[in-house]
Amino acid sequence: MADLSIDLAGIKSPNPFWLASAPPTNSGYQVQRAFEAGWGGAVWKTLGDPILNVSSRFAAVGFNGQRVAGFNNIELITDRPLEVNLKEIYETKKRFPDHAIIASVMVEPRQEKWHEIIKRIEDVGVDGYELNFGCPHGMAERGMGAASGQVPELVEKQTYWAKEAATKPVIVKLTPNITDITVTAEAAVRGGADAISMINTINSLAGVDIHSWNTIPHVGGKGAHGGYCGPAVKPIALNMVAECARNPAINVPISGIGGISNWQDTVEFLLMGSTGVQICTAAMHHGFRIVEDLVDGLSNYLDEKGISSVMDIVGKSVPRYSDWGNLDLNYKVVARINNEVCINCNKCHIACEDTSHQCIDMLKGTSGSSFLRVREEDCVGCNLCSIVCPVDGAIDMIELTNELPPMTWNERQEFLGGIGNESVDFVK
Amino acid sequence: MSMSSPIKGSLEMNFHEAERGLSPREALEESNRCLYCYDAPCIQACPTGIDIPSFIKKIASDNIKGSAKTIMTANPVGASCARVCPTEELCEGACVLNHSTKPIMIGNLQRYSTDWAIQNKQALFKAGKKNGKKVAIVGSGPAGLSAARELALLGYSVTIFEAEKNPGGLNTYGIVSFRLPQSISYWEVEQVKSLDVEIKTNTRVGVDVSANQLTADYDAVILAIGMSDVPKLGIEGEDLAEVYDAIEFVKATKTKALTDKFIGKKMAVIGAGNTAIDAATCSVRLGAEQVGIIYRRTQKEMTAYDFEYEFAKQEGVGFHWLTNPSRILSNDSGQVTGIECVKMVLSEAGEDGRRRPVPISGSEFVIPVDGVIRAIGQSRYVGLIEQFGIQHDDGVVILEGDSYKTSNEKVFACGDVIFGKGQGEAMVVSAAQQGKKTAYEIDLTLRGETVDIA
Repeated sequence: MADLSIDLAGIKSPNPFWLASAPPTNSGYQVQRAFEAGWGGAVWKTLGDPILNVSSRFAAVGFNGQRVAGFNNIELITDRPLEVNLKEIYETKKRFPDHAIIASVMVEPRQEKWHEIIKRIEDVGVDGYELNFGCPHGMAERGMGAASGQVPELVEKQTYWAKEAATKPVIVKLTPNITDITVTAEAAVRGGADAISMINTINSLAGVDIHSWNTIPHVGGKGAHGGYCGPAVKPIALNMVAECARNPAINVPISGIGGISNWQDTVEFLLMGSTGVQICTAAMHHGFRIVEDLVDGLSNYLDEKGISSVMDIVGKSVPRYSDWGNLDLNYKVVARINNEVCINCNKCHIACEDTSHQCIDMLKGTSGSSFLRVREEDCVGCNLCSIVCPVDGAIDMIELTNELPPMTWNERQEFLGGIGNESVDFVK
Repeated sequence: MSMSSPIKGSLEMNFHEAERGLSPREALEESNRCLYCYDAPCIQACPTGIDIPSFIKKIASDNIKGSAKTIMTANPVGASCARVCPTEELCEGACVLNHSTKPIMIGNLQRYSTDWAIQNKQALFKAGKKNGKKVAIVGSGPAGLSAARELALLGYSVTIFEAEKNPGGLNTYGIVSFRLPQSISYWEVEQVKSLDVEIKTNTRVGVDVSANQLTADYDAVILAIGMSDVPKLGIEGEDLAEVYDAIEFVKATKTKALTDKFIGKKMAVIGAGNTAIDAATCSVRLGAEQVGIIYRRTQKEMTAYDFEYEFAKQEGVGFHWLTNPSRILSNDSGQVTGIECVKMVLSEAGEDGRRRPVPISGSEFVIPVDGVIRAIGQSRYVGLIEQFGIQHDDGVVILEGDSYKTSNEKVFACGDVIFGKGQGEAMVVSAAQQGKKTAYEIDLTLRGETVDIA
């Protein structure tokens, strides 16, 4: 069995699965249950000055009858006294010394506030800190969370202040509610962050009840934006992780967060540069027991690939992620329909005909039977047909051999610049 | 080439597994429909306690190896059970979705994962570190195999003694191929053998090796010998050549080339348990033109599973309820020509709690048939039980209290050999669970600890 243990900026845990700072890590009772179930670590629900919460806090978005494709919440940081949390962290760490406990922290952007809280937490034996610069609702209105996480200078300064007081590694958790996450990630690195984690939740309104006209959720007839997470945000999170992972200025480990629901999602985040992952929504949907398949599936995957340590796959796909300008313009794939497998729903035809490049013909065979065929010369290789196809193996995207050598947009522009000095405008 | 060749070819097709497995897409969609209940009733309904939501979740996450392991950990004959369990009475019957939409196809999903493990030649378990203790198991059916698997994981040196040419017992010989192909049973056997379990086939305990020798040579002995042949009906004509023992009848279709002698024939099957259904559907697939089950009680009392009964009806098997055979008729050359029956009526409940059928005098009638199959239950290996010198009640081994201990402290028993009369039909899955529990009991006993399972 492969070694699943990780070392993220000096924080060790028996496996890469941590519970994210959220309702599941609200108390010692919960975190201990999680560790018993097999979680490798937990980021304790954000510590700070206790707040008041509202009633009616969560909402989920389903998709075609499946529940919890996305999840929205307006719950704030811990509403329990700091001493209670610290006592429970101490007890939990004592019972589970090999598991990682990270204290999520959020205070006002003042040096003395950061020094004060870090010093109080230091004594209870946490393995590290995660600075919550991401919470998008409520706390942001008070200048904390995402509000400070959106200002690179505040990210840098607060990281620096936390680092001044901390003897344990400091992870900076970033908000996705920003145009370019690498800017704040770089700011965290400049402030001395030992690692970064992303993403926190995305500003969201889960829905509007079309009968009562209330927001979903609502608090006595009034709503406010929440933070969006769950499977629906995974592609957004994965890109942000990848953008940071491939940025040479962001040379610290990444803890990946955002819609990770199973071991396969985990592998994707690891390949894209996460040293470990944090999970919340999937646990909230099914309970801590999901970790059994997370561990088992990851372990079987590594064994099957002959990889001895999970750390060996971290970042393996990062070199394959680049700018559009570095993609080969001469690479060509086309769709090919396997008529023996095709069930003739014609969804590929109408998708192509109406919304792509009109290259799938509906034809009749000599016996009068219907079949579909791609005019490969007109196919641009967009994948749309294979995306809408409901049957596995009915449409393959085939790589064509090309006589032309690979050439990227950037190479092309360089070449054109070299011979004619034409200026080429392009719209990104 | 004889004229019968094309028909023979299609006979073989008839004995291929009737139900196709789920496609990957079907399995994915069905597994994602599972609610992944906590403290799920399906787990409690499974005699072996398979963590069903967990194995289904692993199909959804494409961790099929993990899924198969979850199944096989709890049930060493989980691939067979995926096919032969009365799921509508067990896991699927307990599925909470019965109260909401429709239950998850647990049996088919279980088959999907175990089929994957079979096709991908997965070895799911490793033998435990040897503890120096030796256990002999008599019989390699579901109970014996399960006990062997668990003991091997615990580090015991296990030797199974099997009278037949091949291991697997009921799963290898007793269940029709179109429901349970032999290859499935053999895979389960291989899984157990891969844990250094020795299986001595063609070795009949009581003949080739004595009971005393086993109790002398081993630290413990498990009697998992199942049941024997079908008893006689006790009526005139039953020694005719075309009167068959259902167990032997089914076994012949799994061990010999399929015969074409039943093509176009009329067959009667006496009894209405799962073996009767197997014999009847086997007859249909061997080409019999007309097959009727004769049962002295009604559909309500029959012990065959509902899905077996449904399957038989779909296969075109007819049912003569409240009918008892009184005589098998033959012509001058000794060929069966018919079966004389008498109509029955149910009176008050007997000792076993089932209403006793009594004949209606003067109601005799004849069903014209070319062959008769006896499927009225199975007799017991009384001789072998007595060789072990253990207490039994008419061939049913008597156990101490809630345990699997017999009256000989070295001898344990599980499976059909402990299955009492009038309890319906023993299930493969129950035998598997008994095998597991017997193994744990032996482990506790041999380690000298008190049997106190938390």
